[in-house]
Parts: sequence; structure tokens; C-alpha cells
Amino acid sequence: MSGLIELSATQLAADIRSGETTSVQATQEYLNAITKLDGKLGAYNEIYTDAALDRAKQIDAKIAAGENPGPLAGVPIAIKDNLCTTYGHTTCASRYLENFQAPYTATAVKKLHDAGAVILGKCNMDEFAMGSSTENSGFAPTRNPWDIGRVPGGSSGGSAAAVASRMCAAALGSDTGGSIRQPASFCGCVGFKPTYGRVSRYGLVAFGSSLDQIGPLGRTVTDAALLTGVISGYDPHDATSLPNDVPDYLADIETPIKGLRIGLPKEFFLENEGAIAPDTRAAITAAIETYKSLGAEIVDVSLPHSRIDIDADGKMSSFAVSCYYIVCTAECSSNLARFDGVHYGHRTGENVDGILELYSKSRKESLGEEVKRRIMLGTYALSSGYYDAYYNKALKVRRLIADDFVEAFKSCDILLAPTTPTTAFKLGEKTDNPLEMYLSDIYTISANLAGLPGITLPAGLSSDNLPIGLQLIGPVLSESTLLRAARMFEKTAPPIIPPMVKNSDT
Amino acid sequence: MIDTNDKVQLIVGLEIHVELATKTKMFCRCRNNFGDPPNTNVCAVCTSMPGTLPVMNALAVDYSMKVGLALDCNVPDYTKWDRKNYYYPDLPKGYQLSQYDLPLCEHGCLEIPLADGTQKKIRVLRAHLEEDAGKNNHEIPGATGVDLNRAGVPLLEIVSEPDMNSVEEVAGYARSMQRLVRWLDVSKANMQMGHMRFEPNINLHITRDGTTYKTPIVEVKNLNSFRSLEGAVAYEFKRQYEEWQKDPEGFSLKKLGKQNRGFDDAKGVTVFQRDKEDAHDYRYLPDPDLPAVIIDDAWRERLRDEIGELPLARRARYIEEYGLSFKDADALTQDAATGDILDSAVKAGADSKRCVNLLLGRGAAIANERECSIADIGITTEQLTELAKMLADGDVNATAANKVFDKMIETSGAPREIAEADGLLAVKDTGQIQQWVDDAIAKNPQAVDIIKEGGKKKEKSFGFLMGQVMQASRGAAPPAEVQKLLREKLS
Repeated sequence: MSGLIELSATQLAADIRSGETTSVQATQEYLNAITKLDGKLGAYNEIYTDAALDRAKQIDAKIAAGENPGPLAGVPIAIKDNLCTTYGHTTCASRYLENFQAPYTATAVKKLHDAGAVILGKCNMDEFAMGSSTENSGFAPTRNPWDIGRVPGGSSGGSAAAVASRMCAAALGSDTGGSIRQPASFCGCVGFKPTYGRVSRYGLVAFGSSLDQIGPLGRTVTDAALLTGVISGYDPHDATSLPNDVPDYLADIETPIKGLRIGLPKEFFLENEGAIAPDTRAAITAAIETYKSLGAEIVDVSLPHSRIDIDADGKMSSFAVSCYYIVCTAECSSNLARFDGVHYGHRTGENVDGILELYSKSRKESLGEEVKRRIMLGTYALSSGYYDAYYNKALKVRRLIADDFVEAFKSCDILLAPTTPTTAFKLGEKTDNPLEMYLSDIYTISANLAGLPGITLPAGLSSDNLPIGLQLIGPVLSESTLLRAARMFEKTAPPIIPPMVKNSDT
Repeated sequence: MIDTNDKVQLIVGLEIHVELATKTKMFCRCRNNFGDPPNTNVCAVCTSMPGTLPVMNALAVDYSMKVGLALDCNVPDYTKWDRKNYYYPDLPKGYQLSQYDLPLCEHGCLEIPLADGTQKKIRVLRAHLEEDAGKNNHEIPGATGVDLNRAGVPLLEIVSEPDMNSVEEVAGYARSMQRLVRWLDVSKANMQMGHMRFEPNINLHITRDGTTYKTPIVEVKNLNSFRSLEGAVAYEFKRQYEEWQKDPEGFSLKKLGKQNRGFDDAKGVTVFQRDKEDAHDYRYLPDPDLPAVIIDDAWRERLRDEIGELPLARRARYIEEYGLSFKDADALTQDAATGDILDSAVKAGADSKRCVNLLLGRGAAIANERECSIADIGITTEQLTELAKMLADGDVNATAANKVFDKMIETSGAPREIAEADGLLAVKDTGQIQQWVDDAIAKNPQAVDIIKEGGKKKEKSFGFLMGQVMQASRGAAPPAEVQKLLREKLS
């Protein structure tokens, strides 16, 4: 193997642009890796072998003709299967959309095309992005490249597994409550959820519209910065996209962070020993020391409404998680109403007596358990007589959570926290207990509720050789600072590679 | 028949849905046009493809605010979009984007004319903007077709207070609203094209032996003509009274609440659809895809300037300023453009009385033939001004002016050129007129004798001689001059 798949996306783009290698060669190597590994991992729902090679040829031709191929020149990238493209299928890993072909391409994907990227395929996910393990895929679960007995996290589990196992140079995911950061953490890669509105949601199949955000998963912080720069920006098709100019995220990514004030939310550290697995706590504590050594100033802050409570039986709960599951289920109950069997997608083949039965049979047959659970929860939360007790109350809690961050950022520039309470869990370990599954997002959810950018990056391995993620959260539009802080940490940590990739190389 | 012991009061509130005449839809850039082949004005957004997002058409907000301001509504600083969730095949998102608790316009009123010549104020509770649904087509054998051309067309829902107490008031309110939205040029308000749809809420307050009974409220859904609106209200009045008579205690608002009925146009009756037990729970929630709409004074002022004078104010001004009768003033304020032409002509120096006579004479006649407004016959300010001035200067007489009027509408020509070309200009040469007068006297000695005798037939014969002179001049002699010369000769 020439090892093109070992290069970062940034390096590969540079090498393709300089003629050191070609996009066709890189694309072919990634396709080979997919052939070799994806049978075991199940990261992809669809692979565009021919289209990807054709596209790679076009990019190579452009370079040969002296044209500017764009910042992602010929780099093979995977996208989550909830991003619409006019080619292939956009399934959201749901039986309902199994054969759905979108009539348009998502803005973020279009921006990848414009930047010269080669799209390798669509990655598996929890159905409609609802889940934290990719076990809720309507097709098959994806497995963690570090241990195929374990989950890759979710809902962008396919994207994370593909990036970590070198089956793509980088990927797009989407993050509603941690769906980029949690799987990136479980698979040992970098995952970045930008500020809400920084990346257009046009073409991202909606789950929780006020929370959803597209972001990159990569093997390096610089790759994440490169992709974020490409996909960000105002979009006239998304009224919630931010009008602010997109800075060059690579410009000062190598600038030391001396004097940067990093806040440690006491609710995530000092209280509730049991809320963080010992290995994870140790890794995060070590990361804090690393930041001190880089000249950062560590300050204690408080996020009272994001606190985690543990009862006498050791069961965790959090305002943020409760609030999140009311907001996101309410929104999803409305967002998924369009999947009614009438206009597109699955329609029951059985005889039906009237339109109501057409709706109910089509939905019953094609939507998964978790999706149905959330639709029902959300429908209930919005019902007449319950709205104030649930949805309206959740909106108030959401405001309080957001206000806590504003207060915290008065005394620090960014926050540091674990990404997840534990490392990747085993397949089937939490499928019978949705509440426990929900708690794996306990540290990521608050950033979504507050609309803030958050990044996860590898902070070492646990004693059982599983990646541990370090999370940094910043104020609105602090992408540059977050990326720089992540990059400075990354420089101090040795890269981690899943054993199955290492072994397949030898 | 109403029992002499009963005092029965009809109570009606009216929801009017007005489709706004924006070029494009409310939340995408598809054409907003009635009558195109099914599913031709559609895109990924209005067919609700996964991942699509709505983007607000600001012009529809302008149009709605204009209606609100014209209705003297409060247009608040902050308004937002909500999702109204329900399943129906013509609603591809499974929810309608609408406004729930914070509408764009609230608490206004509309003055309507009553038969006795007085006005009545009907209060407007709110007016909110939403998107229209598509249309189900049941004419395909064995299937139902869904046409999404109308899905996402901006729809203003204007909700009145229950202030109407007769069929006439309901009709008057509906027609006044039609006139207002046309006046503001925000909707064609064409009933045949479904631009206006009515949903009256009807019940009765019946007083018998000192006790007042309230009948259950009926909402009649989706009426799309004035005739069915009037028919439905009249029918409900009768039906509810009869039902109540059968069971005065049982047929009550308190016990039965509200029900929805449809109207069968052919039979002229309302038909039960559903009662409160089946009422939808719309599970409203704020739409997370659309930012709130923040309205400031500058926005409101810009629209107030664009609205200009409202129909009732203009009508009052015409009575006051031009000395018109109520009827004439009303006829000239059916739309904004007719009055605009009149006002510009007067401003350009034309005599208001003469302008009004021209507009309400041949103008109204032609408009009537063409079934359009007076302005829509194509008359320009310049034409009206010139023709009115020619009349004032005696360059044409009234008969000639009518001929010129018809021709200038037909050809879009200038009145003076038409009058010259067609020999309709008044003859101002006194010698020539004198000649015609002398000829008429010479040729009609009998008439002259009758006039000189001064009997009963005197005026008739004078008129005859006038006619002879006018005929000789082919209508070009100024009648006043002819009359003057004739009188001089015959006195």
C-alpha cells in the first residue's frame, strides 16, 4: 500500500494539487479500503464507486489543465445518509426512505462538490439521527473499528467508523444532541459541531430543527477546520443560517494558546464522581494538565442548569437531558409527519380502508421503534393541556441552560469537558434501556440547547484500548478559538489508530 | 316563522381567507397562479421534500400588514410562525405554517354600509398570515389526485368578532372586505378562483319569557361565493331556531358546544361534518425554521404611505369636496384607480363636476358593458382632463363629448384630435350660427307662430327650432349660444 489513506485530508489535497499523487489513485485506495473493511464494519449504506472515480478523473483533469480544483481537491469524503443528493439514495437509514431519491442536493454537500471533493458514499446512522449507537439503523448496526463488538456511537456512527478506519479521508455528520461528537469520541476521531446556523441545514433531513447542525468528522483538527470552512456560510435557502462572514479557520490554527482561559464546569467534574468512568476522568485530568503546560489559564465555572444528579441507586439524571428530549421529540413529531405514505417513500402494500389507515400502516411498517417512541413522546408533549407542562417548560429550561453559558463565558474563553461519560459500549448493552442510552449524550446536549460550537478530539486510550474524547465548547461563533485550542492539544498527543487498520496494513 | 313570544337575535362572526396576489408563494419561489396544469408550480420546498426549509416572502407580510393597518389593527412589534399539525393529503408537510398566539394584526374594525344609509362597525379580532394547502382532486376514477400548485400560496385569515346580526350585515361585511383588499391591491379577490373563502360562525340568542337561550355555534366551512355565504347564514338561522323550538333546554351552546357543517349549494342546506368530540388537536408549536418577524415603526410607516387614502375616507371627501351625492361618491370609490384618475384630473385643472359626469356617464356605461371597474376601461388622466376642459370651454357640447369619450376609449386617442377629425368641435363662428338660426326660423313659420302666440305649446316648438339648428350644425353649435340667438330673434 502506498499509504495515501494514511494522509490527512489537508495533506492529501496538497499532494493531489501539487501532482504528487492523483485523486483517482487516492479514491481507488479508499475504495479498496472499503472493500476490505466495510463488510466487517457496515459504515456505508451506499458506495458510489463509479461516480467517485469519474469525479476523481475530472478533478485530475482540472489540475492537469491548470485550473484551481478547490481546497478539497480530489479528496474522498463520505457523507451521512441524511444529507440529500440528486445522485444515489437518501435514506436516513430508514425503511421509509429506503428507495428515496432526492430531487436536490444539500447546500453543505454542494459546497463540498464546489470545493473539489469526491463523494465516496453515504454513511449509516441511527434512523433519522435518533440514537447514540447506530443500532437504530433501519438496515444494520455499524461496528466500532476499535472493537467490532462495540458500537461506534451515534447517530453519525457510520461517518465516525469510516473516518477512524480510513475508509474515507473525512466525513460529514450531523449533531442534534451530540451525534457528531459522541461517535467521534467513541471511534477516536475529531468531530466538530459548529455554532447553530453556521452551516446551512438546507438538505439535511430534519430531526430537531432548532438543534440540528451539520459538521465534519476528521482524523485531524486541521482537517475539521478545512471542512468547516468549506461548508459554512449564509444560505438564502435556510432562514436560520447566520449572515456572518466565514473566517479562514486555518489562518491562526497553529498560533499558541498562551493565556487562553479554559473553564471547567464544576457540575461536570467536582460533583458526581460516578458520572465519569475512571479512565475517562484520568484522561480529562491529564488533558487539563497539558493545557496548563501550554500556558492556558484554568478557571472554575458553573453551569447550574446542566448539572447531573445521581440518585441513591446510582441512576443519573439531568435537566439538560430531560429538556432536550422534550424539545427534540416535539420537533421530530412534527418534522416526521411528512412521512405519511402519500407523497413519497414507503406506502403500505396492504389494502386499506381510508386515508387514516394508509397513514398508520405505512408508518407502522416502515418506522423503527426509537423513531416511533420519539414521535409519540413529542406528540404527547405538544398535546392540548400538556403543552405548558412539557414543551413550554422545556423552552424555559433551555433558556436557563443557555444563560448559564453566557454567564460562564464572562470568566473564560472556552469550556473543557469530557465528551461522553464512558468509552464505547457493547452492541446490545443499552438497547433495552432507552433512558440509559440517552445519558450517553449527557455532556454534549447542553451545547445544542444553547446553540454553541463544540469539538471533540482524542485524548488517549482507556485501559481496554478504547478512545477517550475530550470536548471543548465555546461561545457563539468561536470556531477559530476552539479549533486552535484543539489543534494545540492535538500536537501534544500521539495519533491513535484502530488495531484493525494497523493490522490490515501489515 | 318566529313565535311572537320569542325575540331571536342572529349572531355571526366571520372568518375570511384571502389569497394574496404575490407573484410567488409564501415560503418558496414558485409561481402563485391559479389555473395552471396540476403540479406545475411546485418545487422541493412546497412538495415538502425531506430536508427542505421555508423562506418567508416579505411581500406577503407587507400585503397583510396593509390590510391590518387599513382595518385600524394593532400591528405588533413581534410576530412569529407556528406549525399547525394535522394530516391531510393536500398538506404534504403534515403541518401548516400559520400564526397561533401572536398574529400579525389584531383588534381592528371595518365600517360597513347598512340599507338605511348608516354605517356599522364590525370589529376584527385578528388577521394572521398562513400558507394555503393544495387541492385534492376526486374526479379521477378510482383514485384521488393531489395538486400542490396552491400549496404554499399566501393566505390571510381575517377573523371578525361576532358582531353581525343579519344576513345583510354578513354580506355587507364580506363585500366591504373584498372591496378593501382590491383597493389595497393585495388580492384579486376573485371568488371563482377561490381567492376569497368564508367560514361563518353562527348561533342564535333567543329570549323567551325573560330567559335568554344560546344555540350551539355552527361553523360552516369553506364557502366560496357570496351567494352560498348568504344562503348558509339564512339556512342556519332557520334551522337553529327550529331545532331550538323542539328542545329549548337541550339544544344549547353549553351542552353541545360547537360543530362544523358544510354547505350544499344545490340544495341550499348545511350538512353536519363533525362536532367538538372530533375536534383536531393541532399541537401548535413555534416553527424552528423561520425566525420571528420583528416590525418597527419605519416598516409600518412605509406601508401607511403606500396605502394612502382608504375608500371610506375618500368617499366622505368626495361628498364634502366635490359636492357629490352619497351614491355618486360611492360609485367612484369602488376601487382606488377610478378615484385616482378623477383626483389627478381635478388637480390638473379640470372641473370636478364635469369629470364626475363623464366618468359616471359614458364611463360607467362602458364599464358596465365590460363588467369591469371604470378605471379598467382604460381612460387616462390626460384624456379626462382634456375632455372636461373642452366641455368647460364650450369646445364640445355634451352630446359631442359623449361621442368623443367612446372614441377615445376605443382608440386611446386624444379627445381634441378625435373631435377635430370627426367634426365634433363646437362652431364658435357667431355669423354661421346666426345663419342656421335664420334658416330655421325661415323654414318653420308654423313653429314661430306658436311661439309668438305664447300658448302651452310654446316651449315645445322652441325646442323643435333648437333641434333644427343643432341638426343643421351636425351637433357642433354650442346649445347655449343657439338658445340665446333664438330667444333674441323670437322675442
